[in-house]
Amino acid sequence: MKGFPLSRLVNPQLIALIGVLALNWLLFPGFFRVTWQDGRLFGSVIDVLNRGAPVAILAIGMTAVIATKGVDLSVGAVMAVSGAVAATLVVSGYPMPVAVAAALAVGLLCGIWNGILVALLDIQPIIATLVLMVAGRGIAQLITEGSIVTFNDPALVFIGTGSLLGMPMPVVIAAALLVLVTLGVRRTAIGLFIEAVGVNRSAATLAGIKSRVLLMMVYALSGLCAAIAGIIVAADIRGADANNSGLWLELDAILAVVIGGTSLLGGRFSIPMSVLGALIIQAMNTGILVSGFPPEFNLVVKAGMIIAILLIQSPLAAALAARLGRRRRAEK
Amino acid sequence: MTTVSGAEPFRLEARGVSIRFGNHLALDKVDFGLRAGEVHALLGENGAGKSTLIKILTGAYQPTGGDVLMDGIPMRLANPQDAQVHGIGTVYQEVNLLPNRPVAENLFLGHQPTRFGLVDRRRMDRDARDLLKRYGLEIDPGSELGSHSVAVQQIVAIARAVALSGKVLILDEPTASLDRNEVLRLFEVIAGLKARGLAIVFITHFLDQVFAIADRVTILRNGRLVETRGLDTLTRTDVVRMMLGKDIAFSGATSVETERPATDLLISFKGYGRKRAVQPFDLDIHKGEVIGVAGLLGSGRTEMARTMFGIDPADEGTAEMNGKPVAINDARTAIGLGFGYCPEDRKADGIFGDLSVRENIVIALQGKLGWFSALTRDEQLEIAGKFGEAMDIRAASLDMPIKLLSGGNQQKVILSRWLATDPAFLILDEPTRGIDVGAHAEIVRTINRLREDGLALVVISSELDEVVAYSNRIVVMRDRKLVAELRGDNISPGVIVQAIATHDAAPDAITEGTAP
Repeated sequence: MKGFPLSRLVNPQLIALIGVLALNWLLFPGFFRVTWQDGRLFGSVIDVLNRGAPVAILAIGMTAVIATKGVDLSVGAVMAVSGAVAATLVVSGYPMPVAVAAALAVGLLCGIWNGILVALLDIQPIIATLVLMVAGRGIAQLITEGSIVTFNDPALVFIGTGSLLGMPMPVVIAAALLVLVTLGVRRTAIGLFIEAVGVNRSAATLAGIKSRVLLMMVYALSGLCAAIAGIIVAADIRGADANNSGLWLELDAILAVVIGGTSLLGGRFSIPMSVLGALIIQAMNTGILVSGFPPEFNLVVKAGMIIAILLIQSPLAAALAARLGRRRRAEK
Repeated sequence: MTTVSGAEPFRLEARGVSIRFGNHLALDKVDFGLRAGEVHALLGENGAGKSTLIKILTGAYQPTGGDVLMDGIPMRLANPQDAQVHGIGTVYQEVNLLPNRPVAENLFLGHQPTRFGLVDRRRMDRDARDLLKRYGLEIDPGSELGSHSVAVQQIVAIARAVALSGKVLILDEPTASLDRNEVLRLFEVIAGLKARGLAIVFITHFLDQVFAIADRVTILRNGRLVETRGLDTLTRTDVVRMMLGKDIAFSGATSVETERPATDLLISFKGYGRKRAVQPFDLDIHKGEVIGVAGLLGSGRTEMARTMFGIDPADEGTAEMNGKPVAINDARTAIGLGFGYCPEDRKADGIFGDLSVRENIVIALQGKLGWFSALTRDEQLEIAGKFGEAMDIRAASLDMPIKLLSGGNQQKVILSRWLATDPAFLILDEPTRGIDVGAHAEIVRTINRLREDGLALVVISSELDEVVAYSNRIVVMRDRKLVAELRGDNISPGVIVQAIATHDAAPDAITEGTAP
């Protein structure tokens, strides 16, 4: 049988997303209303996609890092750095492509720095990336000279607020990156090697895999993804805020990866699932906002929902479901 | 209460203890009797059950069968604290005290003398000084433990264990990180404790030390008791033979016929060595030849393999392949040259537990092909299927995680992984350890088949009858040195045991058989 098994579509992540969306719809009946205005789509669902894009982009890089049994805490700070670089350059009169290229290069450099600490110096990833998590915001402040650098360059602003074929640019960029990276790791042997290094680095090295190069690469990818997210966020607010851009987003990105089913112990990973995880998180955020709960409740409600989602995915739940299934069959 | 032998009662006794981990019977009805005032050596190769037995005697494991008795009275040891209360103290190779705290505190931690509810520091220091004097140590009790040598720390650990427990002292490889003089010093301490009537268990890999200090020896093999004997009735050869399996040692297994001399030199190592791992060795490896490597645990067998494969690259000597010099500085280079290596510790260095059987088989080949020439899923299935069939890998599906397979099948998968790379030279480190009989036979058959196909193999094994059966030549390692090369028709397990045990054999002696 060559067909795509239906069971592969039914997974906890999708159930959770549908559940969260349904809840949003109950609390706010207009949730699924999508309208066409000025050549683009508007609506809460589109908003979920749009607002979720930065975390989704972070989650793409984070998935590869976590699959190698690592973690990248610096992505939020790298967002601030890349936003600062892009903003200061356009303000100084450089054209948008130069500013964006420079911002991406800086993000890549940040990732390579993390990679050197982890792969060459064998520092534990959580500590290695903590360095840049702390230092990154300082670097961003140095670049912006302590102020919020605002700009009006239409080309740069377009990245954050423009649209392509009716879809907001951040969504287009995130989707393109998702496809590109997924193909990049799955159509080559890189995905298999990442999983092998994550499961057993010693065995991977003995099997002739260049573990160090691979580790460098995943951190570089994560840095690059953070830079893209940073440019989007800066372009969206037309300014680089060294203190607040991407603040705590590393935690949302890690959460998205975990909700997506990649274990923090490394190994098997799925980038599309992590992106789905990011959308679940954003659907919750948006849902809490539109439902009219006082904002004070946001974080608590979010925490409760995350616990529920992780419980659905836990082996315990799977075992319970299996037992329930057996009993039902037995009753028939 | 007296024991069956009618001799004095044992201080500490294990009677028919068994322990099972899952499907694996780690100890099978082992008897162990320890008398007061004796030093009793516990010997066995890796996996023989030494540490398991010690963990039962110290309450870390609860046996699934049998009893542990103290002075003839059965005890229930639920945890290591229980053992301490019953008078059993243990000192491990790695001193697990607090190196950054004073010696006195380390001696009395948890039992400090107190005055008005506070630690009486002066009394503690005084007591510590007295206690240490009895062990011949004149050190300041207020000095940091870590500032002293390992030997002194070791003695402090012993003093603490004896002070807290006082009946039985278990020394688990206490000499592994000591130099010669320190060992002598430790032995003086042990002799003193023995004279005071302590019952001492001494675990080590060094046979010299066993003969120097122990009164009796208990030898375990594959979770079973081989024998407990007085050392005065044993020779080194006897001990080695019992450790490696006396039942098979002289079963008359004969070596591979050497009529078809392997003349095609494939790889030649000259003066090849690595500091602190393996002393320089010479080894010529021919096509169609199996070289067995024998030696006790810690003799440098695995280190030799890792050096040849470039994991721990050599820092002296040269290697030539097909007459051309090669520099093997990492595993990748070795694989590029057509090497393959099945590591000793399958779980830690061999398998990718969460990945599928299919991925585990193709990974080395894919590593050789590089990042961008990915094998498609169908190609992977074809390769995995081919080797799965050839090696008779019993897996419900090639897509199931390898961790669900038995040890034997995992080993076959790792062999398949290397065979898929079409190697010229394979290093197998203990390929048959811990696997079932069927898989065992399968792997021995595979070794013979590969030899006939013209591969060169180096096989490290503790199973002497097996090594003899498939090797054209056997090299013997001792103290990180290649000490003998055995060739010819009359290699037998006995000759190997002799070579391993020989005390002062001239280095690099070649023991010739009857062959040319």
